[in-house]
Amino acid sequence: MNIFSVFWEYRTYFATGIQYTLLLAAIGVICGFVLGIIISLLRMSRLWLPKLIGSVWVEVLRGTPMVVQLFIIHYGLVAFGVKFTPIESGAITLSINSSAYLAEVFRAGIQGVDRGQSEAARSLGMPRSMTMRYIVLPQAVKSVLPAIGNEFITIIKESSIVSFIGVTDLMYQSGAIQGITYDYLSPLLVIAAIYFIMTFTLSKLLGAFERRLNTDDQR
Amino acid sequence: MISVKDLRKSFGKLEILKGIDIDIAKGEVVVVIGPSGSGKSTFLRCLNLLETPTGGQITFEGEPITDKRHNINATREKMGMVFQHFNLFPHKSVLQNLMLAPVKVKKQPPAEAERIALDLLRTVGLSDKKDAYPSQLSGGQKQRIAIARALAMQPHVMLFDEPTSALDPEMVGEVLEVMKKLAEGGMTMVIVTHEMGFAREVGDRIVFMDGGQIVEQGTPAEVFGNPQNSRTKDFLSKVL
Repeated sequence: MNIFSVFWEYRTYFATGIQYTLLLAAIGVICGFVLGIIISLLRMSRLWLPKLIGSVWVEVLRGTPMVVQLFIIHYGLVAFGVKFTPIESGAITLSINSSAYLAEVFRAGIQGVDRGQSEAARSLGMPRSMTMRYIVLPQAVKSVLPAIGNEFITIIKESSIVSFIGVTDLMYQSGAIQGITYDYLSPLLVIAAIYFIMTFTLSKLLGAFERRLNTDDQR
Repeated sequence: MISVKDLRKSFGKLEILKGIDIDIAKGEVVVVIGPSGSGKSTFLRCLNLLETPTGGQITFEGEPITDKRHNINATREKMGMVFQHFNLFPHKSVLQNLMLAPVKVKKQPPAEAERIALDLLRTVGLSDKKDAYPSQLSGGQKQRIAIARALAMQPHVMLFDEPTSALDPEMVGEVLEVMKKLAEGGMTMVIVTHEMGFAREVGDRIVFMDGGQIVEQGTPAEVFGNPQNSRTKDFLSKVL
């Protein structure tokens, strides 16, 4: 059976898969972004406890396989009476995992902002938090935009592991179609194409966004 | 207005400031000169606690700002600072650079902050640059904007940390001109500079620092015309 007929015949399967993949990737990106900023700030705190929490968070989540994290959250936590739906588990895993990587990206960005910037802000009477929010973070995020884009693309692709716990994302749907058609290759090629279209579009969008930011304030 | 007693600052084992005592009166223009490494920039940066002193105390308008419980942010609102490398915010337009702190910190209504900002831009002669970004400005223009930005907070004193040292020679004049106007307007100023001509012309008092101490101070005529200390003589003979 050829790829196009598989695609057309099982389009509703793929549509469902796209929905869940996009949903989980979007949650992972947004929550990972916000959480990543918080973790990077914890990690750079002057107090030892937040610093420790931030470091442990980053090292543990970067140093263990995401599929292991997923299984611990979905199956392991049941032992403590914590039960998540597959989608919840997938969203949590993607968010915390990407937050660890993004935290490191943000840290590099924040530390890359010239010290004179925060000195100038502080000399104007701006408190530390305000300086971070209005002066340091906007410049930091801008300078690490390519690295952030990289991480977003990774999240879209890595979201495929949620199929292991039964979320009907693209990866899961391709398996379902394989079971019906006994055609192993075609569904995989279709979802590969769909994943590629998603990541390629995102990468182009981010590129355009970067150029727009660069037009108004080149340094 | 500012009173400094036995100010000390060490970085690790290295003692940069070895006990500075000075009183600065309202409206006074104090120019700090001295060889590099003499601690003059560190001294200036201690005045608004960008560097935390390791010893001694600083009083500003009667408040002990080196006291641990003192809220330094409130004091910094009243102390403008101008840096060698301008440190304009590159992601904000000129107008936004001037308005940010007044609106966010002093909670000025944006319309009022904008009026003050436009006034200041006129004073420094850069009204036409209000929508420009720092990257589009020359060094001299950047520094004039940086001065205007500090003034937008309506400070009681202005600190200048080598404001012309990073400038091309042909741009030094325009910045000094703005500072001179400010001094004539009665602003209290503490200026660290290598511009001896400017120091002599605008300074009410010249402070010569060397080795982390104030070696000699007096009116420009006294310090430049008739230096008493041998280190002052030696320094002046090299730079004049």
